[in-house]
Amino acid sequence: MEMVQTKDIPNLIVFSETLQALAEIDRDILVVTSDSRGSGKLVPFGEKFPDQIVEVGIAEQNLVGMAAGLASMGKKAFAVSPACFLTARSLEQIKNDVAYSDNPVKLIGISAGVSYGALGTTHHSLHDFAVLRAIHNLTIVAPCDNFETAESIRQAAEMDSPVYIRFGKKGMPTLNRTIDPTFRIGQGRTIREGEDLTFIGTGEAVLPCEEAAEMLAEKHGIRCRVISLHTIKPLDESLILAAAANGQPVITAEEHSVHGGLGEAVAALLFQNGCRNKFKIVGLPDEYTVNGSQIEIFDHYGISGKGLMGTALQLLGSGSGK
Amino acid sequence: MTDRELKLKSVEYRQKILRYIYHAKAGHTGGSLSCIDILNVLYNQVMNVSPENFDDPGRDRYVQSKGHSVEALYVVLADLGFFPEEDLLTLCRYQSPYIGHPTKKVRGMEQNTGGLGHGLAICSGNALAAKKDKLPLRVFTVLGDGEMAEGSNWEAMMLAAHYKLDNLCAILDYNKQQITGANADVIGLEPIRQKVEAFGWVVREVDGNDVCALADTLQCLPFEAGKPSFVIAHTVKGKGVSFMEGVLKWHHGVPSPEQYEQAMKELEEARQKLLEEVVEA
Repeated sequence: MEMVQTKDIPNLIVFSETLQALAEIDRDILVVTSDSRGSGKLVPFGEKFPDQIVEVGIAEQNLVGMAAGLASMGKKAFAVSPACFLTARSLEQIKNDVAYSDNPVKLIGISAGVSYGALGTTHHSLHDFAVLRAIHNLTIVAPCDNFETAESIRQAAEMDSPVYIRFGKKGMPTLNRTIDPTFRIGQGRTIREGEDLTFIGTGEAVLPCEEAAEMLAEKHGIRCRVISLHTIKPLDESLILAAAANGQPVITAEEHSVHGGLGEAVAALLFQNGCRNKFKIVGLPDEYTVNGSQIEIFDHYGISGKGLMGTALQLLGSGSGK
Repeated sequence: MTDRELKLKSVEYRQKILRYIYHAKAGHTGGSLSCIDILNVLYNQVMNVSPENFDDPGRDRYVQSKGHSVEALYVVLADLGFFPEEDLLTLCRYQSPYIGHPTKKVRGMEQNTGGLGHGLAICSGNALAAKKDKLPLRVFTVLGDGEMAEGSNWEAMMLAAHYKLDNLCAILDYNKQQITGANADVIGLEPIRQKVEAFGWVVREVDGNDVCALADTLQCLPFEAGKPSFVIAHTVKGKGVSFMEGVLKWHHGVPSPEQYEQAMKELEEARQKLLEEVVEA
């Protein structure tokens, strides 16, 4: 499958455009930024809806606490900040003011994962799934493409409970929608059918799963299922268990530490339900992340079509009969 | 409510705070006794909040940033009729909604607090939303002096002044002590007035254990149009009980039976004295 990257639109742009469309018809939509309107591609939003954007300056704790105060007054507050700062600097505000106090803030983590590439670890968010999964009353979403991004933003606007949505800034092709044309937060989407192995990816790691599946089909005649598990919490348990039911290998892929993210969530679900499929978590290992662009970091750690194909062949090669 | 009625309320609230902390064998005694006069005046004299209007979007908002002094808030809310006072016999008990910090499980509570340095940012959001919706409501918070070391307070202060939130009032329960010792020894916050003024707020200082002075001050809100209001309420930790006043161990000390009896006796004497004054008047 050839991806024409030059035409691809970043999820970040889609987020901004979707929000503008929503703000046009709903005056309760407020965007709160921490000197992040440029990074969030929200300059046009600010120009069109100056009364619906609130700048707090570089103060992420205040960003989230303030947004909680806005949400408790009935505002649909989107707190937008780089995921690295949003989910670390203001973690206590997320835990207490948003989740615990049940103020339905929409926390938008932009330039998530290793999107900032060579800016380094201060700007990477490889911990956000892990820390946020352990907080009650918070939905966690990582859309894989433009379609999922737009839909998740639209649905988040109507949610009456807190939600965290994170995505990157690289152009993303829209993945297959013929198998599952719908999007519901909390329900994973199958974007490729297959019975020899299942890839479960989230966010921008779904694309390399799809690329690996394509190569495995073409070069090896191996049919893989690919699931976009855009919602990390609550986990779509029935979809995952159904995918694992035939006992074939399962590989998870995420732009996150291998600790505490999608992979461990899926592993816990499978193991506690008696599934003993061959299993591999692909993500960022527990080490100082190699320097490079997002795509170079992905390649380095095997979060790539080629890398995931290799992982799949390894799992299939040892005793699977393939 | 008359000044005397307010004073009487304060004494009765102190009795109740001690009663329920003694019963629970847990609680933040010193801070609850220092801030109770502030809560008394806010709920009985200043704010438009009651069980009847609690679902009305136009009600005033109160968020207790120093959440650990929740016992003071519980007895005031019970007195206003938000819940039956005897519910407080379950304070800190297994499965009770009356925990050691405010939660929305208790009717009358606006937010769950407990972590320090959170109230002011939430209140700023409330106040900004009210401005956007042109609601004439006001937003109040009580801050502890120890929690002024939290940087998040100062982030919120910058924001409130920037957005001209003159519908916001923060009251500092300045009892000069925190769990480790005197504020000045732990991490000095003086000159607090100048710091807050430099952040663009209008500051008034008041005896925070004098309900009349508090009422007079809080009737004048906003202190200046276009600016948020800050009240430095000079208080005494453990106020109202002779052997607790200014004594650090009562930060979260629970009285022994003898101490409880002594404290209640002192407060009852103060109450009787006020009642006699009312009769004489």
